[in-house]
Amino acid sequence: MLTLNINDRPVDVDVDPAMPLLWVLRDVLGLTGTKYGCGAALCGACTVQLNGQATRSCVLPVSAVAGQRITTIEGLTGPVALAVQNAWIQGNVVQCGYCQGGQVLAAVTLLTANPRPTDADIDAAMGGNVCRCATYYRIRAALHAAARTLPEASA
Amino acid sequence: MKRSTTSRREFLRLTTLGGAGLALGGVAFGAAEGGAIFTMPFLRIDPDNTVTVFSKHAEMGQGVWTGLSTLVADELDADWSQIRAESSPTGPLAYGNLAWDPSGRLQATGGSTSIFNSWLQLRAAGATARAMLVSAAAARWVVPPAEITVTAGVVAHAASGRRATFGELAGAAGRLPVPDAVVTLKAAHAFTLIGREGLPRLDGPAKTRGREPYGIDQRLPGLKIAVLARPPRFGSTLKSVDASAAKAIKGVVDVVAIDRGVAVLADNTWAALRGRDALRIEWDETAAETRGSGALLAEFRRLARSDEALDVVQRGAVDAALAAATTRVEAEFEFPYLAHAPLEPLSATCVLSADRCEIWAGSQLQSGDVLNAAAVTGLRPDQILLHTLASGGSFGRRANPASDFIRETVATAKATGGRYPVKLIWTREDDLQGGMYRPMNLHRIEAGLDDRGQLTALRQRIVGQAITLGTPFAALTVKNGVDVMATGGSAAEQYAIPNCHVTWTNPQVGVPVLWWRSIEHTHMAFSKEVLMDELAKSTGQDPLAFRLALLKDNPRATAVLTLVAAKSGWGMPLPAGVGRGLALQESSGTVVAQVAEVRLVDGALRVDRVTCALDCGVAVNPDVIRAQMEGSIGFGLGAALRNEITLTDGRVDQRNFDSYPPLRMPDMPQRIDVHIVPSTNPPTGVGEPGVPPIAPAVANALFALTGKPVRKLPLQGNGDMPNFPSA
Repeated sequence: MLTLNINDRPVDVDVDPAMPLLWVLRDVLGLTGTKYGCGAALCGACTVQLNGQATRSCVLPVSAVAGQRITTIEGLTGPVALAVQNAWIQGNVVQCGYCQGGQVLAAVTLLTANPRPTDADIDAAMGGNVCRCATYYRIRAALHAAARTLPEASA
Repeated sequence: MKRSTTSRREFLRLTTLGGAGLALGGVAFGAAEGGAIFTMPFLRIDPDNTVTVFSKHAEMGQGVWTGLSTLVADELDADWSQIRAESSPTGPLAYGNLAWDPSGRLQATGGSTSIFNSWLQLRAAGATARAMLVSAAAARWVVPPAEITVTAGVVAHAASGRRATFGELAGAAGRLPVPDAVVTLKAAHAFTLIGREGLPRLDGPAKTRGREPYGIDQRLPGLKIAVLARPPRFGSTLKSVDASAAKAIKGVVDVVAIDRGVAVLADNTWAALRGRDALRIEWDETAAETRGSGALLAEFRRLARSDEALDVVQRGAVDAALAAATTRVEAEFEFPYLAHAPLEPLSATCVLSADRCEIWAGSQLQSGDVLNAAAVTGLRPDQILLHTLASGGSFGRRANPASDFIRETVATAKATGGRYPVKLIWTREDDLQGGMYRPMNLHRIEAGLDDRGQLTALRQRIVGQAITLGTPFAALTVKNGVDVMATGGSAAEQYAIPNCHVTWTNPQVGVPVLWWRSIEHTHMAFSKEVLMDELAKSTGQDPLAFRLALLKDNPRATAVLTLVAAKSGWGMPLPAGVGRGLALQESSGTVVAQVAEVRLVDGALRVDRVTCALDCGVAVNPDVIRAQMEGSIGFGLGAALRNEITLTDGRVDQRNFDSYPPLRMPDMPQRIDVHIVPSTNPPTGVGEPGVPPIAPAVANALFALTGKPVRKLPLQGNGDMPNFPSA
């Protein structure tokens, strides 16, 4: 039995310790906002925040994250998340939307560390998150728009 | 879900009524139901004042929920904030794609036909509901209906000062008979939502917050997850399987053989995957396709020079015109197989009992999927209940006449006796290696120009597998043995060339193929538009002027080209090291032109800017149209830069996004401008037509920069591009 801290709540799970966090979230806990896209940390659809850092859950054994702070798209809160999600909605960013939970988590991680990212910062921070609909043009614009609504020294 | 079981049954009964109510475009609107809810085939109005539009078309990212809802909401005079959208049920005739079958029997999303075929039907649905709300208000207030206005979701009678919301009138409206008379639709100047800027996408909030349920997210009590071991070569079949090690893995509950492979079922995906890895399988490869890409290319080249071909276009006297030409250009173009690779891998969920089969999936071809599920189960089509969920991308992949992923799921449920709900998912490796690719193609072209530099002759051989030959679609898409979906969109069709002979050879290859976003136009536009620039250059002409001279009888294409030229600064000087290229293609009734500006940075291609112009008739949702052009540019560019499915001795070489690298943020052009030609013509599609021009526009920009024409895709690792790095 492992105790996980997911979205600020303790959750006990009885699973193969080698099972990637992705499948624990989706199949065991029903948190399907975290998506499967490649299973090899190549696309970012499975992004969660681990202790506030954007992390690929599809190659992360659940035993490695017991007791650590895991935030999924369902549990994402705070002023940076609000700014990002509002910018995404106002900018009509989504198309199929399947990658966007991961994109939002990556964007919130970026803006939390760097409230005024340059295009190069965005390329570096978001380059691991694939969007097959290629909404990148709007993701970039929405990231800049969200940044403009946040104080320069972000929380 | 607010809808009760009773109202849902009633809804289904009503929407399957044939001939009753208002008929328009082959569709019957059933009578509205009683109670406090007002339900019609395409919408429901609840007492809480929400209007839910039932989308007969699959939402895959193209914005169709928003688009169809805009049509309904405008004629209903609803307020956009009260509109919701969800997938319609499967089956009733109301939900057929009228572009493909006017009788309504084919429920399908594809070919960029959704807005096109729904334009009158969905507006009529909104106008009919509006008329019934007005009638209900008139009866309640005892005033003439003609004195009642509807504005932004408020029904009002000015003289008496009475007002009501749709929700307040829903119950009364729902008890009224559906009007017999054909409703009057708005004139274009009266549109309030159609064409309006600033409408938020209906699916934006849920998708931004991780709350949109996709097919792969389906959960049910007792659900088992299945993955399928498929043969390593196309055409192989199962010889024997030893499942003992797989069954020993904790969480694995069953292993069954079906026609397409061996399914491992488990309590969770991880156990199913480990179980599949532990299978020991022998395949019978007697009928397998064992050729590699090199052998296929050699065969395609041989066929391109053979007489084994059918006529696609034959006009004038091409031999004589070529013989008389002052300038002749010959070119051979190569295109690889391409995978759709939607980010949501294929999946379906099935609950099977003795007399019913319930399926949840993202589907672009519900009618075919129902028939195929019926064939697998032995049930009647009316015993198949298919729920369409949002798709995490599809690009054509979930519209396949063979229903491969649906059939596998249903067959697995059947093989396990319906003991548990089954969700079968494809891994990314399954997706990239599982076939149904954009066909590999070889085009061989000879063109001739006269002494004034006019294009007088075109001979083109297309070698590429048929997509719809032998499928139920053939009645629509195969003419005189020629599959339009393998051969359309050539220069002979899109430019005024007096002498043309276009022929097609359908090579026999065991690699399954399918339509891929914009179908034949992905390769046909490339050879055509790259050739145009070669021809222009060979006679010292400007590529824009050269095309315009061939489009004198095509005012739409002329307007689009003229607009893209003006907005892109065509002809204006460029900084050193920047190349500019143009391409044009009409597909799905929409004309799109794009101008790309490219640089080589340390030998790597960088697309800085793309200017796009299009004519899609009435622009229903301008921002969705712009988004589709931006996304299509990225989708097409990613494929053109790096993507190919290759085979070695019949085995697919690519496995995941490392060997099939998708476009990423740093690859996306920094600047994209989309310009929509104002139009009052009925709308045509925008989900696909933005794809074909980008690859030739980029290739032509490279040609302008390097002087060397590009005749092979993908660009990366391309011997035609010596300065371009290989992977």
